[in-house]
Amino acid sequence: MRVSYPFSAIVGQDEMKLALMIAACDPGIGGVLVFGDRGTGKSTGVRALASLLPTMNVVGNCRYNCDPENVSPTCPDCNAPDREPGKAKKVSVPVVDLPLGATEDRVVGALDIERALAHGEKVFEPGLLAQANRGFLYIDEVNLLEDHLVDLLLDVAASGENIVEREGLSIRHNARFVLVGSGNPEEGELRPQLLDRFGLSVDVSTPKEPKQRIEIMRRRDEFDRDPSAFVQAWKRKDGALRGKITKAQNALGAVELSDEMLEMISALCIALGTDGLRGELTMIRTARAIAALAGASDVTKKHLYTAAPVALRHRLRRDPLDDAGSAIRVERAAQEILG
Amino acid sequence: MDGAGDGAVDGVGADLGAGRWDDAMLSASLFAVASNDIGGIHVRARPGPVRNAWLDLVRDLVPENITFYRLPLGITADRLLGGIDLAATLSQGRPIFEQGVLARADGGVLVAPMAERMNEETVSNLARALDTQQIVIERDGVSDTAASRLAIIAIDEAAEPDECPPSMLLDRLALTIDLEGISIHDMVSGLGDPGDVADAIRRMENASINDEELEALSSIALSMGIHSLRPVIHASVIARAHAALASRDIVEPDDIIVAARLVLAPKATMWPSAPQEEEPQDATPPEPEQSDQENDEPDDPSKDLSDIDKPLEDVVLEAIVAAMPDDVLAHLRSSNAGAIRGGRDGRAGATQVSKTRGRPAGTRRGARIHGQRMNILETLRASAPWQRLRGGDPAAGNLKVLAEDFRFNRYKNKTETTTIFVVDASGSSALNRLAEIKGAVELLLADCYVRRDEVSLIAFRGTSAEMILPPTRSLLRAKKELAGLPGGGGTPLASGLDSALALAEGVKSKGRTPVIVVMTDGGANVGRDGQGGRSQAAVDAASAARMIRATGVSSILIDTAKRPHPQSKDVADEMGALYIPLPRADAKRVADTVNVAVAERVQI
Repeated sequence: MRVSYPFSAIVGQDEMKLALMIAACDPGIGGVLVFGDRGTGKSTGVRALASLLPTMNVVGNCRYNCDPENVSPTCPDCNAPDREPGKAKKVSVPVVDLPLGATEDRVVGALDIERALAHGEKVFEPGLLAQANRGFLYIDEVNLLEDHLVDLLLDVAASGENIVEREGLSIRHNARFVLVGSGNPEEGELRPQLLDRFGLSVDVSTPKEPKQRIEIMRRRDEFDRDPSAFVQAWKRKDGALRGKITKAQNALGAVELSDEMLEMISALCIALGTDGLRGELTMIRTARAIAALAGASDVTKKHLYTAAPVALRHRLRRDPLDDAGSAIRVERAAQEILG
Repeated sequence: MDGAGDGAVDGVGADLGAGRWDDAMLSASLFAVASNDIGGIHVRARPGPVRNAWLDLVRDLVPENITFYRLPLGITADRLLGGIDLAATLSQGRPIFEQGVLARADGGVLVAPMAERMNEETVSNLARALDTQQIVIERDGVSDTAASRLAIIAIDEAAEPDECPPSMLLDRLALTIDLEGISIHDMVSGLGDPGDVADAIRRMENASINDEELEALSSIALSMGIHSLRPVIHASVIARAHAALASRDIVEPDDIIVAARLVLAPKATMWPSAPQEEEPQDATPPEPEQSDQENDEPDDPSKDLSDIDKPLEDVVLEAIVAAMPDDVLAHLRSSNAGAIRGGRDGRAGATQVSKTRGRPAGTRRGARIHGQRMNILETLRASAPWQRLRGGDPAAGNLKVLAEDFRFNRYKNKTETTTIFVVDASGSSALNRLAEIKGAVELLLADCYVRRDEVSLIAFRGTSAEMILPPTRSLLRAKKELAGLPGGGGTPLASGLDSALALAEGVKSKGRTPVIVVMTDGGANVGRDGQGGRSQAAVDAASAARMIRATGVSSILIDTAKRPHPQSKDVADEMGALYIPLPRADAKRVADTVNVAVAERVQI
């Protein structure tokens, strides 16, 4: 298996890195959408995330990544009648790559055909959604994914549960994951229903600054020549980031959010005309996570400023006749309200 | 006049073909040296001896242990990534997985003919293999990762100027060569030496490129409108490969020039040094035989490196301009078309009504419909629970499969439409109307992605018609392209209709359903020949309209005149178009009308 490019070695793309770290810090944020031109390092960034994530405890022989402290009452493995509870073990948080061309049986899981044929046993073979439980599910080219798979993923992502009814099997299991999608808007737009489901969204573009561009090329070349040495060289920096995420995860619950800040969030969402409460809730969580990552005890205006574009830009009602990009509209509103 | 080391060219004047052949030879050597790190090469060539000769030469140049694989056109995902081996699965009574082409071609060269027709799914899978050097398989009950380090030779056999391989693929291929217009006589310069290539491969490891050179490549790319960094990285690799071929360990300006010319220039979307883009003298889609006119005397390709004071970037740009004289604009225009059109699904097949093609969308059970493909794995799954009851014994190869177990692949029929707006951009009312149309196009696109439809825009004014927006699904791109839409001049309706029909034919050949929406407010007053005169213009418009009817393309004519014009109605009738008078149309109403009318028209 090829090693992936270290997260901390990515030059620039601060907003994308921040969004991914927020999602790592607070998985309840509702996923991240990364949109941008070709060759901007979108998928490199997401795939690099895997090496950065802290470890988690799982029940040893559970294929659904159950937490030993909190075993799911529906888990088909943990609740199997004649089963010894497995020893808890530490694994890294899974980042499951959903390849384009994945078939439905591998995504949701299906009857284990070998055992069915050889032994006449009806056994469920879990799919990618089970693997991704408590982790990340990454879809590159999310705008090109088959519609029926998109619908299925949306449904599971919203309910946190995968329900399988096929081949005489009736299975349900937890499937809580952070959905990360990336794509190039020039290849086609994303369906609005899908857009809205993502908690955060980021627009990435190629850096134009010569020094930065050279640095990107140098590092890429170094990585391509000797991937493992390169990863080794960046190990400490990645480790530091991982520490930061773990610390922020623990601090998250204690971050204060004053009424004044809450009001500003509401005013901002009203000014931008975002539909429903989802925008406000995401703003709150995002601002908290940003504060926690920064080691602050209180959410301040500065955190709201940083949070607004990632949390709100994709929730604006589409106005095809307004040429201003959504990022600019969010920025204008933020300046007006946050002062 | 020998170009500095760029091969011998004799006689009357170096001509385009010989220059192209020299580039093709050089690219072949560079490809052989750097094939691991450059994604591959985009070869514009139709079948013929030149193409075969070039491919043979590449085969001779690459190290012997590298194998060539051919990518069948229209390959399905299960063959590309791997899938169930039907015979083995049935004979053994358990699923047997068979490797796909991408895994088998690991470490080799993948030759993809007719890359311009490659479908979206194949392109994405190739792109992912190039990016990650491996493939992830999650299908047919198999979960696996396999190494897939490839170099791709994408052969682009496009006959139409608007056809080209998707840019998702092209962006990842470092080199581009054009073998069109090369005759046997041009193939003078000989083959590089496989021994030199082998030396260069070893030497390349250590070939170094300095920051100034990297910066030059990077800023040249930006000034050519190339935003992706991938081509720049590729150019730096090619520069190192070129240095290595010349037995040098250090990259010199010469290498940068070659890299910029072979890697960056073909991907340019704008041309930096040209102050004024030459007004396209012929705004209808470019004629294929354009290359004939380009045999003017080329400039001396020798590079003027005497003025060291200039920044490297300028030196390189000048050298490129000198080396690709008259070819440049035409070349740029066609690569432009690629850049704009890029990412489009170039899939083949006009048989979209068939139940056996298209993108898979799950399976269905039930009786077999003629020609439908069975999904073996799902069928086995369905039969598995019943084996004991039926008295089967899979372990002994005795599997009882009944008709009720059969599962068939379901495919999503592509009924995507491409709406072609043909807009009258003439006269005084043009500006208002254009604003409305722009709004309507954007509104249509805003909900097009639900249906995966495309919109395109042709404007006619003055003496000719012009493609403003090639078929696209992207609101983003539409906004970019529509930003500067010109208006004013005569009404060459016939040219507009001709262009629309040509585009519609192209759309059809890609398996989409074209719908032409003409918006005009009055009579034609410019004929096909670009001359004024109402009567001839009307005759031409009528004949163009009849052509559209004859080919069976659905059409709608929206009359935006204050008082509906009888002549517009006549044209609509000739065209077999739905005629909708819509005075004072605003963007919203146009969009709604088109939406409804298109839905009605497309129903078949």
